[in-house]
Amino acid sequence: MTVETKLSFDKAYIEQFSKDRNEPEWMLNFRLDAIEQAEKLEMPKPDKTTIRNWNFTDFNHEFKTGEAVSSVKDLPEELRVFFDEDKAPENLIIQRNHSVAYASLSEDLKEKGVIFVDLLTAIREHGDLVQKYFMTEDGVSVNEHKLTALHAALVNGGVFLYVPQNVQIETPIQTIFWQEDPDITLINHVLVVVDKNSSITYVENNLSHNAETETVANIITEVHALDGAKVAYGAVDNFAAATTTYVNRRGIAGRDATIDWALGQMNDGNTISENVTRLVGDNSTSQAKAVSVGRGNQTQNFTSVMHHDGKASDGFILQRGVMREASTAIFNAIGKIEHGGTKANSEQESRVLMLSEKARGDANPILLIDEDDVTAGHAASVGRVDPIQMYYLKSRGLTDDEAQRLLIHGFLDPVVSQLPIDSVKQQLKHVIERKIN
Amino acid sequence: MAGSVLEIKNLHVSIEDKEILKGVDLTIKGGEFHAVMGPNGTGKSTLASAIMGHPLYEITEGSITFNGEDVLEMEVDERARAGLFLAMQYPSEISGVTTSDFLRSAINARREEGDEIPLMQFIKELDEALDYLEIDKGMATRYLNEGFSGGEKKRNEILQLMLLRPEIAILDEIDSGLDIDALKVVSKGINKLRDENFGTLIITHYQRLLNYITPDYVHVMMQGRVVKSGGPELAQRLEAEGYEWIKEELGIEDETVENA
Repeated sequence: MTVETKLSFDKAYIEQFSKDRNEPEWMLNFRLDAIEQAEKLEMPKPDKTTIRNWNFTDFNHEFKTGEAVSSVKDLPEELRVFFDEDKAPENLIIQRNHSVAYASLSEDLKEKGVIFVDLLTAIREHGDLVQKYFMTEDGVSVNEHKLTALHAALVNGGVFLYVPQNVQIETPIQTIFWQEDPDITLINHVLVVVDKNSSITYVENNLSHNAETETVANIITEVHALDGAKVAYGAVDNFAAATTTYVNRRGIAGRDATIDWALGQMNDGNTISENVTRLVGDNSTSQAKAVSVGRGNQTQNFTSVMHHDGKASDGFILQRGVMREASTAIFNAIGKIEHGGTKANSEQESRVLMLSEKARGDANPILLIDEDDVTAGHAASVGRVDPIQMYYLKSRGLTDDEAQRLLIHGFLDPVVSQLPIDSVKQQLKHVIERKIN
Repeated sequence: MAGSVLEIKNLHVSIEDKEILKGVDLTIKGGEFHAVMGPNGTGKSTLASAIMGHPLYEITEGSITFNGEDVLEMEVDERARAGLFLAMQYPSEISGVTTSDFLRSAINARREEGDEIPLMQFIKELDEALDYLEIDKGMATRYLNEGFSGGEKKRNEILQLMLLRPEIAILDEIDSGLDIDALKVVSKGINKLRDENFGTLIITHYQRLLNYITPDYVHVMMQGRVVKSGGPELAQRLEAEGYEWIKEELGIEDETVENA
């Protein structure tokens, strides 16, 4: 497939799109500026994966609404598995295609000043807050590359979550991005701002069904954990085989702040995934855990970065990938300690298990250190299933398939078990099961 | 039908083109406890691994049948589901898989699809076996063998044995590395299985295990063959006198396989 460098979205299109959404002027100008930059900027260059022939820029951007649902019980089975039985989550947004199909937020959280709405509404109703944090220099900048600019210009979904100072929320906050129609494009932006000394657990799912109709997903998350804030962020991505995905999840941690990621990256199509945590404040910490199962002919590139600015910051990257059939994946892990980041600790571990002769996987550990008084470590391995372990399991009566299944689940468990909501953990196991059978 | 029959005839086994077993004959029936003894390096563990189907061992001659079926034609898991069990000397560590999840999968592998063991029944059986073997309940939720001490691994093998209820079990040096208390507990577990339908082949080079588990038959292996068989009194004589008298009796100078 040849990819045109000329974008098919002009300023007139964007003006109309923004007007149809009743957006304030600042957002229109933001989009217009971004599309101008998108024309000029280069594509991203993921390390060790060539994306020259991947289509990220030619897609149907039409805004398509989805039917509202009055109860989570009315959802199809594959979505209901995201929830505990009989107990609808209190704090949940379901985005169906590009519109909100279901939204709830507990009275308690409303009273505490928590804002949890879809992004397009937030742009209209909470403009000041959104503008302060949405794609700024601190987070994901518009001008990083063509796809960030394109995202800024064409964002058509997502959520905004704001937690004021000193609010501890134990009940998880959950979003489901459900692309029901095969031919549309999700350009979702998740903006999470957790103010000083507050804490939350947020979990999202991305789901589409387009096994054959080719489309694009361009997903960006920005998490701002202000001083003393704690954020547990879980995700299960499950875009279908014909979606080419760019997903960038970025966290910015203030002083004494924590951002922990647990990502189940189960897309079936070609995927570039970045997960960057900037440990800006002193004593900030982050654990970035991610799993993936590759199958079919898909090619994926995962880059997980811990960027240490603050003193005594602590970052840990854990990546596990299982490669089946003719799938390919690169796992880059980068620990970067800036000058001045004394006493920082940057650890990483990336492990890849290959299940077939045609599968290819690579783990690429990188430490970039500009400060003396720090600690850092890395571990990486690429291997195949151990025949002696298989023998042991089979000697107890497990078939080849069952034994392999157990070993794969075991291999992924250090990440899967970290997902913050039980039902989502079960759902990830379910998706893994489907991908390994 | 009372008990199964495992029949080994003229078994020759090589590893990396080196012949270790040079014609072993042995028959184990349900209800019988057999002990195979012998110094290190005489092929005892090779016999155990060959029966179960270890991928590194090659059978070059002879036969193994189980209730008349050709074991050598079976995959490892088929052997297990047919009723064979091997308690291993060095069990694998399986990271990320809890002992409990593994055991449930192994039990269900023996049952028909749709007839899986009910969760409550499984938990009850597991708890009872853990208590019987004086194993901390926490082991059920630990990853299988990962970070287990030598003694914990052995107890876990016997735990599996008790829950999977095979017809013929081979216990490969189940006593090595156990202190006397652990040895008593492990023996208690094995003795509990003793009935007319359960047979076992206990591989050891110490007589002390046989103080707790009385064998019906004792076999001595040297140079990759069973060179002498007898009753429990044979084990006692070996304990008292060592292996020298057998070597003299049979004119063996070096009992190991290596220099044979």
